[in-house]
Amino acid sequence: MKHEVFEKNSILLLVGILVMVSIGGMVQILPLFWVDSTIEKVRGMRPYTPLEQAGRDIYIREGCYNCHSQMIRTLRDEVERYGHYSLAAESMYDHPFQWGSKRTGPDLARVGAKYSDQWHGEHLTNPRALVPESIMPGYPWLARTPLQYADITERMKTLRMVGVPYTDAMIQNAMKDVKAQIDPESRAARELLTRYPKAKVVRFDSRTVTEPSELDALVAYLQILGQMVDFTSFDAAGPNLR
Amino acid sequence: MSALGKVSRFAGASIGGGPSFIATAVGGSMTMSEDRNRLSDALAMFAMAAVAAAGLTIVFETVEPAMMFHGALFALGAVLFIVFMMSYKGTRDAGSDFTDGPIRLAVVASIFWGIAGFLVGDILAWQLAMPALNFDLPWISFGRLRPLHTSAVIFAFGGNVLLATSFYVVQRTCHARLAGRWAPWFVVWGYNLFICIAGTGYLLGITQGKEYAEPEWYADLWLTIVWVTYLLVFLGTLWKRKEPHIYVANWFYLAFIVTVAMLHLVNNAAVPVSFVGSKSYIVYSGVQDAMTQWWYGHNAVGFFLTAGFLGIMYYFIPKRIERPVYSYRLSIVHFWTLIFLYIWAGPHHLHYTALPDWAQTLGMTFSIMLWMPSWGGMINGLMSLAGAWDKLRTDPVVRLLVVSVAFYGMSTFEGPMMSIKAVNSLSHYTDWGIGHVHSGSLGWVAMVSFGAIYCLVPWLWNRRGLYSLKLVEWHFWTATIGILLYITAMWVSGITQGLMWRAYDKLGFLQYSFIETVEAMKPYYVIRAIGGLLFITGALIMAYNVWRTIRGDEIRDLADQPRVAAAPALRLQPAE
Repeated sequence: MKHEVFEKNSILLLVGILVMVSIGGMVQILPLFWVDSTIEKVRGMRPYTPLEQAGRDIYIREGCYNCHSQMIRTLRDEVERYGHYSLAAESMYDHPFQWGSKRTGPDLARVGAKYSDQWHGEHLTNPRALVPESIMPGYPWLARTPLQYADITERMKTLRMVGVPYTDAMIQNAMKDVKAQIDPESRAARELLTRYPKAKVVRFDSRTVTEPSELDALVAYLQILGQMVDFTSFDAAGPNLR
Repeated sequence: MSALGKVSRFAGASIGGGPSFIATAVGGSMTMSEDRNRLSDALAMFAMAAVAAAGLTIVFETVEPAMMFHGALFALGAVLFIVFMMSYKGTRDAGSDFTDGPIRLAVVASIFWGIAGFLVGDILAWQLAMPALNFDLPWISFGRLRPLHTSAVIFAFGGNVLLATSFYVVQRTCHARLAGRWAPWFVVWGYNLFICIAGTGYLLGITQGKEYAEPEWYADLWLTIVWVTYLLVFLGTLWKRKEPHIYVANWFYLAFIVTVAMLHLVNNAAVPVSFVGSKSYIVYSGVQDAMTQWWYGHNAVGFFLTAGFLGIMYYFIPKRIERPVYSYRLSIVHFWTLIFLYIWAGPHHLHYTALPDWAQTLGMTFSIMLWMPSWGGMINGLMSLAGAWDKLRTDPVVRLLVVSVAFYGMSTFEGPMMSIKAVNSLSHYTDWGIGHVHSGSLGWVAMVSFGAIYCLVPWLWNRRGLYSLKLVEWHFWTATIGILLYITAMWVSGITQGLMWRAYDKLGFLQYSFIETVEAMKPYYVIRAIGGLLFITGALIMAYNVWRTIRGDEIRDLADQPRVAAAPALRLQPAE
């Protein structure tokens, strides 16, 4: 076939281009939705609590992904520095994913439970107070800005629409659960933990407020990162070989 | 040899360009075209009124102050366009065979956004060297500014250059006026409105959190409308062409427009939380979202920053040196293999991650193969200079264009190398990636854009040449030294940090804490920021030169400028 055919007919040229640029994406993306082994079978994964999800939305708003990855690669030094390599299952409820592409700061995939809430609060407000060589910006406004969560129920419903398995009970109790997660040792907090196992109730010294700040939400999110999967029951050699 | 002849006919056709054909095409029935004009005026007014109404609806319905601001921006933009339509007489283009008004607008916009984007980039570079420069303020903290930088340089600067050059090239190579009366204006204006919405959104904290695809759902929808109009204007102009063949630059522009549309639509699929709120959630999650994102992200590089700018190379290099493209056959092979292979390269951003191995291996394999068509394009561009290498010395505009192709060759070798898993295990997550991106974006994309802008400004504003070729020389050297400082600093910092992360001491423990590797980066961050400053200086010199040229000031070194520096109507004929 002579190439003239394409040069003389813009529609043929257009169709030719579309065919050529469609193939790669279809081969690489579509199987990920139906090949079972893509996402490992694990125990412990659950949707984020309303406060964690609100914190995740703040993490995205402030562009944390520009400097922090959430993806521990299958390399010896990374596993020794950050912990077990990240599984696909661990971000299965992340809309969008936040694996990142640059580590100006360290990986955060398993930062949960590594530092105290108090440490995170002070570090986010003034990083160089705790780590003098740090080049992270300070986020002092998080602590003094009340969390806007009037639409948290709507947010969870939208997430359910795109595939996050929030139950009706989770959605009905969303507003209550936001406050419960900053109220340690309360009944509401215990109820929250039945719905969302391993959720970390945020605890700062000298708290006097009952409404969460943006800082509470972000810390709640950071503290659950990498904590959900039960690695004692995970068998990397098992049916998850990919 | 026949292949060579064919291409020279292509290039020759565009170089000749008779001015009389439009007159015969349009002159026939004045009343009919007046009716059509009135109809398109009415349709455009109606569309703009609808945009204004939608904007005002958002203003009154939303509870978010930032969304209120964006609704007002939409409404204001629509009103401004209506005012423009009512006052526009088309005086400049009336006597011309081409619609050049929107192109002039895009050229000016590209210079403005270029400087803004470079400046924000350099502020970010200084913030990394001196974190106090974040000033503890949300709107200018690194995480919000960085998307502003990437969007401003890629989409605002690069996008306006692509709009300007594609509209210029398609008209000249097809010997046809742009399709549509208001549509080309709408494309340039609507695209820049998108930039304003997206950019101000980041500063206010409105983002989807997907790299290079940060604008939220309503900005994405608006861009879709603008982009489909762009595609239709481009295709419509191809349909009106007087040349039987579609010139090779237009193949690349068309591939760029269509593929970016596909990437944009698939990657940004999202469900808004409220139709009068900014927040939405992407429909994909985790590993599928990662694959989709990097399929998009790498092909924003492949089609926005490569295919589109190759279109610039295929028109502006032959035009400026008045020689045909080196090989017609190579351009065919290079075109089809480039667009076929590029789309597979995305997974090399996800090596050793939770993406299945088969996808990683495919991504690496195709990335390595991509080296070949990339260099095919580079060879086609460089070898077009065969027999005219002296122009590199005498014409700094040619030098900008040609050095850009050399940088293209360098970064398209570096890219495949970095896609090899073993190399990637070291380079990924480090500054090496940042350096690689900038050798491509500053060295290739920006330099070829500068070359094209220096060609376009005298041609579009009907001048005998640039205000000063000497200033182009200054721009070339400040920019080149700036780029070299930038990429060498990032090579050293990236490889250093990558090696420090994986260093073990004698007892088998990791040798460095993370913060020690951050501390080691400091000198390179300062060098990089200085390189960036030089690059901005060059761009400011360009802005001054362009401003003086547009103003029509007396040319400082007319005798030094080549014949083609002048607008076509003012050109001396070559001695036969």
